[in-house]
Amino acid sequence: MPALAREQALPAGVARPRRRRARREGLTAFGFLLPNGLGFLLFTLVPIVTSLALSFFAWPLTSSPTFVGADNYVTLLTRDRVFHQVLFNTLYYVFVYVPLNLVVSLGLAVWLSGRVRGANLFRVLFFLPVVTPMVANALVWSLMYQPREGLFDWLLAAVHLPGPNWLGSFEWAMPSVIAMSVWAGFGYNLMVFTAGLRAIPRDLYDAAAVDGATRWQQFWRVTLPLLTPSLFFALVLTLISSFQVFTQPYVLTGGGPADRTTTLVLSMFDNAFQFYRMGYASAIAWFLFVLIMLVTATQFLSQRRWVHYDL
Amino acid sequence: MTSERVRLKPGPVASHLLLACLALAVIFPFIWMVATALKPDAEIFAQPPSLIGSQVRWGNFVQAWNYVPFGRFMLNGFLVASLGSVVVLATSALAGYAFARVPFRGREALFVAYLGTLMVPQEVTVIPLFLLMKQLGWVNSYQSLILPWAFTAFGTFLMRQFFLTIPRELEDAARIDGASRLRILWSVMVPLATPALGVLAVFTFINYWNSFLWPLIIVNSQDVATVPLGLNMFHGQYSTAWNYLMAASTISMLPSVLLVIVLQRYLVQGIALTGFGGR
Repeated sequence: MPALAREQALPAGVARPRRRRARREGLTAFGFLLPNGLGFLLFTLVPIVTSLALSFFAWPLTSSPTFVGADNYVTLLTRDRVFHQVLFNTLYYVFVYVPLNLVVSLGLAVWLSGRVRGANLFRVLFFLPVVTPMVANALVWSLMYQPREGLFDWLLAAVHLPGPNWLGSFEWAMPSVIAMSVWAGFGYNLMVFTAGLRAIPRDLYDAAAVDGATRWQQFWRVTLPLLTPSLFFALVLTLISSFQVFTQPYVLTGGGPADRTTTLVLSMFDNAFQFYRMGYASAIAWFLFVLIMLVTATQFLSQRRWVHYDL
Repeated sequence: MTSERVRLKPGPVASHLLLACLALAVIFPFIWMVATALKPDAEIFAQPPSLIGSQVRWGNFVQAWNYVPFGRFMLNGFLVASLGSVVVLATSALAGYAFARVPFRGREALFVAYLGTLMVPQEVTVIPLFLLMKQLGWVNSYQSLILPWAFTAFGTFLMRQFFLTIPRELEDAARIDGASRLRILWSVMVPLATPALGVLAVFTFINYWNSFLWPLIIVNSQDVATVPLGLNMFHGQYSTAWNYLMAASTISMLPSVLLVIVLQRYLVQGIALTGFGGR
C-alpha cells in the first residue's frame, strides 16, 4: 500500500490538513456516487425489498393487500398444478437450451479459430441474431413455423415427411421455442469463446504437435482445459439468462398449447398483469430469484473441480 | 508452386464450403424476412415457396410504415435509447471513478453491496416498479421507460474496473496542478476510458432498443411505444399481414445491424471487456 506509507511518512504537524482533505475526499465521493446511488436505491434496492414483502401478501390490485404469510409460496409449491407445469417447462427449456447453445458456440468458435478465411465475417453473421430485436427474430420464425403453409413444413413435405404443427402441438412447441432461441443466442458465447481462445498461447499447440498429438488430442488436452474459465463464465451467464426466458414463448406461442411453453417469467407476467395478482406474481419472481441463486452458487462451488485458472 | 496453391487442398475447401452453408442457414431467417416483406399479399404462402414473388413490392415498406405509426415507434426508440445511454454513461463514470480512486470510509462494503445486486433478475423488480410508476403517474411516459434502467450496478462495475487499469501517475500530475476530481475525471480519465465507455454505450443502447418485457408492462399507448412493442401491437392487430409485419421487422433491425457492421472489428474485445475484464 504505497499511499498509506506516504501518509505515515508525513510529519505530525501535517495531520490536521490531512484530515480535512480526507473529509473533502469523502464529500467528493459522496457527490460522485449520489446520482447513481439515488437512482439505484429508488429503482433497484427499494423494489427488491418491496417485491419480497409483496410476496407475503394477497393483493388482487382492485382491493387492498392482505398479509397471508407464506401462503403464496405454499400454494405455488403444493397446490398450483399450472405452476408445476410452468416449472417443468422452464427446466426443460434450460436443460436443453444451455447445452445446445454451449456446444454450438464452442464448436464454431474452435472451428473459426483455425485457418479460416473471412473468419471475422462469419463471426459477425453468427452474431447478428444476438443484437436484432428478439420480437422481430421471433416473428420471422413464427412465420416459418406456420403449419402446412410455412417454410419448414413445406421443406418436410418436399421430402415426403409429415410436417408437424410446430408451435401448436404438445410435443413440438417447446423444442421449436428452444431451436429458435439457440439460433438467436449462440452468437454471444461464440464471441466469449473466441476471446478465450485468443488468450491461449500458440506455442502450447506447437509443443503438443511436436509431441505427436493429433488435432483431436490437442483440443481435449490443450484447448478445453485452458478454455475452462471462459466455459465457466458462459455457463453461468447462459444459465441465468435462460431461466429468465420470456420474449420467445410470449411471441411464438403465448405460452400455449395448454401452458406447455409457459415459463416462469411468462407466468409471473400473466399473474401480475393479466390477472392482477400482484402478491402471487411477486412470489413467482422470488421463486425464480432463489432458483437462479441456487444454480449459480452450485456453479461457483463446483468450479474448483473443473475450472483451471492457472496456466 | 506457391504456398497459396498448396493450401487449396480438398479438406480446407470443404471446411469453407460447410461454414458458408452454415452461415447462410443462420442468416436465412433474415433473408426470408426481407423476401416476405417484398411479396404481394396473395403470395406470402405460395406453394412452392419462392424468394421472389411475381412482383417486388417496395411499396410494402411504405405501407408498413403507414399501417401503424412505425416512424413514431422508431423515434421513441431512439429517444429512449439515446437518453438512457447518456444517463447510464454519466452516472456510471461518476460512481465508477469514486469506487476506483476516491478514498472514503466503507467504500469496499458499499461496492460489494452494489455487486450483490448484479445477480438479481429484472423480473424481481418489475412489479414494484410498475406500482411505483403508477403512483408517480408515469405510466405511458418516456421517463418510465428510461429511468428504472439508467442507474446500473453493471455500468458502475465496468467503469470501476477500467479506471483501475489506468496508471495513477497520469492523474497525479493533474492533481499536483490543483485540478479538482471532477476536472481530472473529465479531462484525464474519460479520454483514456473511451473503449470502456464505447462498449457501455453500445450495449446500453441496444438493450434499451430491444427491451420488451418492461415496455410491455408500462406502456400501452402508441405515442410512447418503442419498436419491439410496436411490432407486438402490429402483430396483435394485423396478424395475417405478414408482408407488412416483415417489412416493419426488417426496419426494426437496421440500427442494431448497422452498429454491428460498423463495430465488427471490436466485437470480440468488447464482449471480453464487459464479461471478464482481465480474465
